[in-house]
Parts: sequence; C-alpha cells; structure tokens
Amino acid sequence: MHPTLDRLLRKTPVITDGAWGTQLQALGLPPGECPDGWNLSHPEKVRRVAQFYVDAGSNVILTNTFRSNRIALEGFGLADRVAEINAGGVRISLAAASSRATVLASIGPTGKMLMSEEVTAEEMASAFQEQAKALAEAGAAGLVIETMSDLEEAKLAVKAARATGLPVVASMVFDSGKEKDRTMMGSTPEQVAEELAAAGADVIGANCGLGMKGYIPIARRLRAATTLPVWIKPNAGLPEMVNGSITYRTSPEEFATQALALREAGVAFIGGCCGTSPMFVQALAHTLR
Amino acid sequence: MEDLKKLYDAILTGNFKAAKEITQQALAAGADPQEMVQKHMIPAMDEVGRRYEANEYFVPELLISARAMKASLEFIRPLLAAKGAEPAGRVVIGTVKGDLHDIGKNLVAAMLEGAGFEVIDLGVDVPPEKFIAALNEKHAHLVAMSALLTTTMNSMKTTVEAIKSAGVRAKVKIMIGGAPVTEKYAEEIGADGYSTNANGAVALARRLMAA
Repeated sequence: MHPTLDRLLRKTPVITDGAWGTQLQALGLPPGECPDGWNLSHPEKVRRVAQFYVDAGSNVILTNTFRSNRIALEGFGLADRVAEINAGGVRISLAAASSRATVLASIGPTGKMLMSEEVTAEEMASAFQEQAKALAEAGAAGLVIETMSDLEEAKLAVKAARATGLPVVASMVFDSGKEKDRTMMGSTPEQVAEELAAAGADVIGANCGLGMKGYIPIARRLRAATTLPVWIKPNAGLPEMVNGSITYRTSPEEFATQALALREAGVAFIGGCCGTSPMFVQALAHTLR
Repeated sequence: MEDLKKLYDAILTGNFKAAKEITQQALAAGADPQEMVQKHMIPAMDEVGRRYEANEYFVPELLISARAMKASLEFIRPLLAAKGAEPAGRVVIGTVKGDLHDIGKNLVAAMLEGAGFEVIDLGVDVPPEKFIAALNEKHAHLVAMSALLTTTMNSMKTTVEAIKSAGVRAKVKIMIGGAPVTEKYAEEIGADGYSTNANGAVALARRLMAA
C-alpha cells in the first residue's frame, strides 16, 4: 500500500469532506459561473470553504478542481488556464489543511461522452494527464477521480493519475437501472471494482447518486468485490423545493447515523457529496471516529 | 414485408450499417416510407426503451440504437417531408442557462428523434429568450429542458416564468429533467411533467402530445 494511504488508514474510518459548490455559492458564486475559476479570482473565498471542512473535522479534504480538465474548462472559456487553476486549487487546500488534514486533489469527468464521439479517448487521456500532472506538481498527496458515470472514462483518468506516482482513489456514481445499483453506462459495483483496480486505482469508491440509503448496499458490494480500501461520499438525499429555494431535507445527524452502516460495512473513507456541508462532516466526525 | 423485419432488428441491435443498407434497398424497391417508420422503426425503438426499463439495455445500447435509427431516418425524412407528413411532435430542447451538462439532454434528444419527433436542439446554456424565440419560430408543441446541478436548476423556473410572461405558455407543454429534478419540483415551477431518464421522456412527450 502507498505510504500516504497507510498513514491515513491507521485510524478508520477516515472522514473526508462535503460539497464545495453550494458552499461557494453561499459565499457569492453566481449560478452558472465556473467554481474552479475562483481559485484564481477569489482564492480567499475558496480557502474559507476548505477551512470550514478542516475545522469541522475532515481528515482528508479535496480541492476545488473538480472540472479543471481542459475539456470541461473549455465550456467556460478557461481551457488555457488548466495549470494555474489546478495549482491554485492545491495551494489553497494545502494552506487550509496545514498539518491537520491531508489534501487529495479532485479530478471530475470531462462532461463529454466517448460513445457519442464528441471527444476521442486520446483527447480525454491527454486532458487527464495534463490535470494530474499539474495537481501532483503543486503538492497534492493523492488524486481522487470522482463522480464518474462511464467506466471507460474513469479508467483513462486512473491511468493518467497513476503515472504521477501518487495514490489514486477512483469513485463512480451508481444511480441507474431498476435497483439504482448501476452506473449510467450499466456497470455493476463488481465490474467497477475489478476494472478500476486493474487500471491501477488504490482505493475504489462511490459518490454522489441518490443518497445514503442506496449507497449502503453498494458499499457492501464494493467491499466484497475488492481487497482495496473503499471510499463512499453519498448525496444528502434528493433536493426538494422549500419556499422557492432548493433544499436537501436530510439532516446532518440523520446522515451521520445512517453512515454507521458504512463503517460497519468496512468502508475506509466516509464523507458527503451534493447537499452536504461542514455540519455534515462535523456530525460524521462526532458519530464515527 | 419480410425484409423490413431486418430493419427492425438492425435498429434494435444498433447495427448502423445494416440499418442504412436495408433502408436504401427497401426504398429502392418501393417500400412506403411512412409505413417503414410507423410499423418497423418506431416499434424497434420502443423495444429498445422497454429493454432499457427492464435493465437489459443501458445508455450504450440506447445510443447505438438511436444512431442506427438516425442513419435510416436520414434517407426517409426528406421523403416524408415531401409528402407533407407531420412528425409525432416538434420539440425544442436545451440545457438551461448556466448549465453546460448535455449528456442527458443529448440522450433525450436521440430517443425523441427515434420516436418520430422533430427535435430542435438549442444546445447548452440556453437563455429563456432563446427557448421562446425557437418555440415561436418552429411552432413547437413541446419544450424540453434540463439541468444537472442544484445550482443551475432554478434557471428552469426562470424559463417557465419567461414563457408565461411572453404569453405563449398555452401553446406549449413543458417537460423537464436532470439529476436533481423531482416530480414535486416540476409541479412547483409549473412544468407539465418530468422524467428521470430518456425513455421516460419519450413516454412523457407522447402523453403530453395526446393531452
């Protein structure tokens, strides 16, 4: 096992972080603006979000670089700033983490689909290589490939990340099929675990999706399918409209109580995705550690 | 016609090349384009949708079948247009202002085309004015919009309101979709329906056309 992971896993579960986009919005990020661009234009606000999570008890925080690959940044007119945005994201999280948390840098999907031929596998691989290299050079302790819907895309990202020599977490979304236990492209947790491990991932995970309930059985299946550590970051359920604004009804306490089942299933890394906040992390740290 | 069963199979299995060839041969042999679409091609896509619902097909299969359907329709559409045949409905589709995530929208567009709808795809980050202009210009029956993020989903509400203010709400039915969208949200913003997936969107579009 990679020494960084070995050190992190001395006490489990490791508490990761929660959502960043909604926190940035609360600090004034306008809807539709690229959150990652704020690493350059509003670093102090991004730093505040990172700090919230460190203070709430995250043992691991990610970086505001979820869409900082060339293909995704292109849509925001930021494709020429890949290196700076990624370096900025790592710098900000490292400063907030200090010695209190470990910074694993986020790599999200390109937003394009290989199958529909909008982008080639070579273009995708090169976008992930460019991002992984920038994150590694800036000092990230590891890389987290997250919110992937297509196993093929995830594998390209894992291979690119692996080339940096850093430990690699690979996490996919399971929200499709009758039992909501498949990825968008139809892969099962077992297939995902096997193929991502073969591609070189050090940790296998599931994030986003439809909430904690669905991810407990998925966590168990991933746990059974691999000897690698398992990473789970579910959404806080599905959003609802309350008095004209979008709200997630799951409370931090409910979320943390449900997360006990993840710990029981042997999940090594636990955190939250959409709809979660530093309060969720606080509740997780309190209930699980 | 025996040969057209092969067209059904080609679309169902996503055999792009076969779909194209059989279509050309059938048309050359004098097959009725309308009958080809109604009796063989749309039923093939309906079966694709059924298999998707039954977990036998996933997004990759939807995509390759839709691609085969499209290859065939390219030859048939001009003939239908020349005959003055109307599509199942005209749909203006796009992701709402601020949202650049078009994977779901593209799937819905492909499945609607496969079901015989005329799809006017406005792309991503579509402001309300652009939806309104397109629905007026194309005499659309339906507006389909999506947002992936909770941070951009309220642009759907703004768009519905703009369609109301423009005085054209009564002319169209509005359908919405996207990961965070729920039935309650659709109701709350005054849309006519929502779907969680591309196959459901076809069923919804048909229902709204019949309403």
